[in-house]
Amino acid sequence: METIVSPKPLLAVLVSLVGALLIAITGERLRNLRETWTILASVTKFGIVASMLPEILNDKVIEYTLFKITSHLILHFKVDALGVFFATTASFLWIITSFYSIGYMRGLKEHAQTRYFAYFAIALSATVGVAFSANMFTAFVFYEIITISTFPLVAHKETKEAKRGARKYLTYLLGTSVAFQLTAIIITYNLTGKLDFSRDGVFETDVSYLTVTITFFLYIAGITKAAIMPLHSWLPAAMVAPTPVSALLHAVAVVKAGVFMVIRVVLYVFGIDLLKSFDLGTILATIASFTIIAASVIALRQDNLKLRLAYSTVSQLSYIVLGVALLTPSAVIGSIIHIVAHAFGKITLFFCAGSIYVSAHKTEVSQLDGIAKKMPWTMAAFTVGALNMIGVPLVGGFVSKWYLLLGALEKGSFEILSVLLLSSLLNAGYFLPIIYRAYFKKSPGHAYEIKENPFMAVTLTITALISIVIGFYPNFIASLAKEVLR
Amino acid sequence: MGEHSSILVVVISLIASITNVFIALVRKSLCYPFFVFILGICFLLSMDILYTVINFGTVKYKLGGWMPPWGIEYVVDHLNAFVIAIVATISFVVAIYAKESIKKEIAKPRLPYFYSTYLLLVAGLIGIVITGDIFNLFVFLEIASLAGYALIAIGEKRSVLASFNYIIMGTIGACFYLLGVGYIYIITGSLNIADLTRLLPPLYESKVTLAALAFFVIGVAIKIALFPLHRWLPDSYTFAPSAVSAFASATVTKVGIYVLIRISYTLFEPRFLTEITPLSTILVWWATIAIFFGSTIALGQIDFKRTLSYILVAEVGYIVLGVSLGNKEGFIGAVLHILNDAVMIACLFMIAGGLFYRIGRRNLTDFTGLKKYMPITMTAFLVTSLSMIGVPPTAGFFSKWYLILGAIRAEQWISASALIFSSLVNAIIFFKLLEKVYFSKKEAIPKYNFRELPLSMLTPIVLMGLAVLVLGIYSGKIISTVIEFTVPKGF
Repeated sequence: METIVSPKPLLAVLVSLVGALLIAITGERLRNLRETWTILASVTKFGIVASMLPEILNDKVIEYTLFKITSHLILHFKVDALGVFFATTASFLWIITSFYSIGYMRGLKEHAQTRYFAYFAIALSATVGVAFSANMFTAFVFYEIITISTFPLVAHKETKEAKRGARKYLTYLLGTSVAFQLTAIIITYNLTGKLDFSRDGVFETDVSYLTVTITFFLYIAGITKAAIMPLHSWLPAAMVAPTPVSALLHAVAVVKAGVFMVIRVVLYVFGIDLLKSFDLGTILATIASFTIIAASVIALRQDNLKLRLAYSTVSQLSYIVLGVALLTPSAVIGSIIHIVAHAFGKITLFFCAGSIYVSAHKTEVSQLDGIAKKMPWTMAAFTVGALNMIGVPLVGGFVSKWYLLLGALEKGSFEILSVLLLSSLLNAGYFLPIIYRAYFKKSPGHAYEIKENPFMAVTLTITALISIVIGFYPNFIASLAKEVLR
Repeated sequence: MGEHSSILVVVISLIASITNVFIALVRKSLCYPFFVFILGICFLLSMDILYTVINFGTVKYKLGGWMPPWGIEYVVDHLNAFVIAIVATISFVVAIYAKESIKKEIAKPRLPYFYSTYLLLVAGLIGIVITGDIFNLFVFLEIASLAGYALIAIGEKRSVLASFNYIIMGTIGACFYLLGVGYIYIITGSLNIADLTRLLPPLYESKVTLAALAFFVIGVAIKIALFPLHRWLPDSYTFAPSAVSAFASATVTKVGIYVLIRISYTLFEPRFLTEITPLSTILVWWATIAIFFGSTIALGQIDFKRTLSYILVAEVGYIVLGVSLGNKEGFIGAVLHILNDAVMIACLFMIAGGLFYRIGRRNLTDFTGLKKYMPITMTAFLVTSLSMIGVPPTAGFFSKWYLILGAIRAEQWISASALIFSSLVNAIIFFKLLEKVYFSKKEAIPKYNFRELPLSMLTPIVLMGLAVLVLGIYSGKIISTVIEFTVPKGF
């Protein structure tokens, strides 16, 4: 594998930080200029990330050492297939979300928009930082920056409820990462003297079962952003945030940073061989399976649309965890593809929820009777997103589920197979009634006219279309995912 | 120059503290410039000492040309130079801050005496650190303590009682220390630390040596407010004038810990503390309890300065823990934390003082909505808070990293969890405050004067806030140039 030294990963991180600074300086008075900075930063960021794709596909690795703080705590970037995969998804969706945000924030005449856009940019900067981290320390730094920079976004409304939600958010994410993840990192360093991500893991083969088990589960408990039960309840609490935040951060950037870290820990800190020999994957797979089913059952009972989507996210994130926990090639490919497939599907669904809120001021599922007539684009996109979640063929979610099922078969586990099938049924159970209501029930009639916001309608149509494109042409993404395992 | 800096830094501040009184007789307005000027010189001298030690190694200065062990000798190695630099820098920065801050807290005619006493405290603290003689150390310890009692007593109404408490406790501590010195002198006939290092090992089994060690440790434990001997600290630092709280909290306990390190690892050999006496183990547990206790109590406070005082009790526990873990990582963490904690605590006390300066109160609830009125101060507060919690890449993370690593390496799991527990408590305390600052709106009360601080108070706060970031990023450099050399042999 060839290594190229290039500051591109650093630039990709910095561009949105600079963007945040410009946004903060420009302020509310020149709001069009401020929004221009957001768009410029997001497009440039995507450009830089995408420009690294060809080199990665040619089996090269891009590295850049930013700063050696001490001999072993080094801020070091390394772009590999897995990292660029995640970074591309996040930075591309940021462009779309930016347009959507403008529509949403202006549509609702929200307060503190400058703060909102600035922290959004910082959060994205840190997300790409997590994707490009070469060692656990760098990843931890950016992981914490994500937590702190998204806090103002969750507390955006500044109401009592928003503050309570944000407090819970912070307690879960910061508390566990300091208490468990940091401990796990220090134990890892103490045992191995290394913090770098490496393909075979950093542990020697002669470590004791107990130490490895404890460290492994400290990591899993410490990466709460993956929302594995029982440490998931911050995610529903975070739904008090404005919808674009829920869409990009709590369906893509933040939570995917969590599962991304889980993948890093499983594959690059412990390594497949070590986990197989201690059979730790099975325990993680059991926890993930439980989360998948339990979260889906809870989602069934939610009337609030965003909460239903949040529990759906909890469930879907565990698909990704389940995939890596199975430790078979197809399952891992499946979970990597699911990062993208779920991202496009769930962001579409959240966009739709936001669009409905802005145009029709509705938040509950039970209020959606007949809304498809008033908001045709939104509900069409919603249907595509829902089909994606259920895993219907020709939509993105099918591809990842297919690989996950293959992985379960490779493992020869009937239980996992049935978990996947049961959860698909449950997904259908909580998404199809919404679609049924919207299209076939009669609208109660409104005193005001419902009109779709063009900013929002266009963006959500784009993400819905891309989910379909992934379903039709899965080869590109599948080949990139296979690159990770090479 | 480097050789003479070590004596000059003490003598200048000592003489200046007396001169200042006479200057006051001539012209009161000259006192403050003189005061800052002297501390500026001390700061430069301390940097010179640090530079000399880094480049040329240990500096020895024989007072009056008397040969040790008969004469008093000043010995400056990496550890002293490091602590002196901290004391001199913080004293200088707080001195700039003090000008405006004490105007509202101390009656004007008393100001010259305040400056004099402050200089005396600086002289005492630097003297403790610089001397290589255990009796001379006691003398400076008393100079510093007496100055400290006086400075605290000129604070708010209740400060007199607080200071009285401090006097009682501090005097008991000093007596214990002096008894230790006496015992050591009885069996060895020497007071010079370098000399004692050579003389003591054959006497390790002696009961007198053990008693001396016990007296030393208890005496110092009172001076550094190691729980449950911390009783004097919260009241003193809560009711003292803001500038005194900022300076004393950042340096007095740190210098005490320096004495503990000297006694544990220079006067005695490390093996004395681990193999012959169980002192290391005792201190590890003691410090662990101090961390749990200090953090827990800090959680329940209303007054911001009192919260900080209890956090300080926990932080003292951190450093004592790191020193006693008996491995390199823990020790590096402890010494690094001496620096980081000094900067963070000084900054936070200065912010508390700033709040008091503007509105005459400093309860946690008074932080509500301050981002609008004091944006720059609150940015410094944000950075320092993150460092207290231990969020990378601020300074607090790195010392905590080494401390936890040391605890895990020593397989002290409970101590490691105490450190983490305390980080979490800090997270609760400071995020509650940050939420008040950034996400709550204040109803305008016309009576109060919510405005950004004057420049002379703001600059030191911003400087310390920046230092938290810069020290964090350069902590590797600090470790490799200074702290690596302070680690005792045999670790």
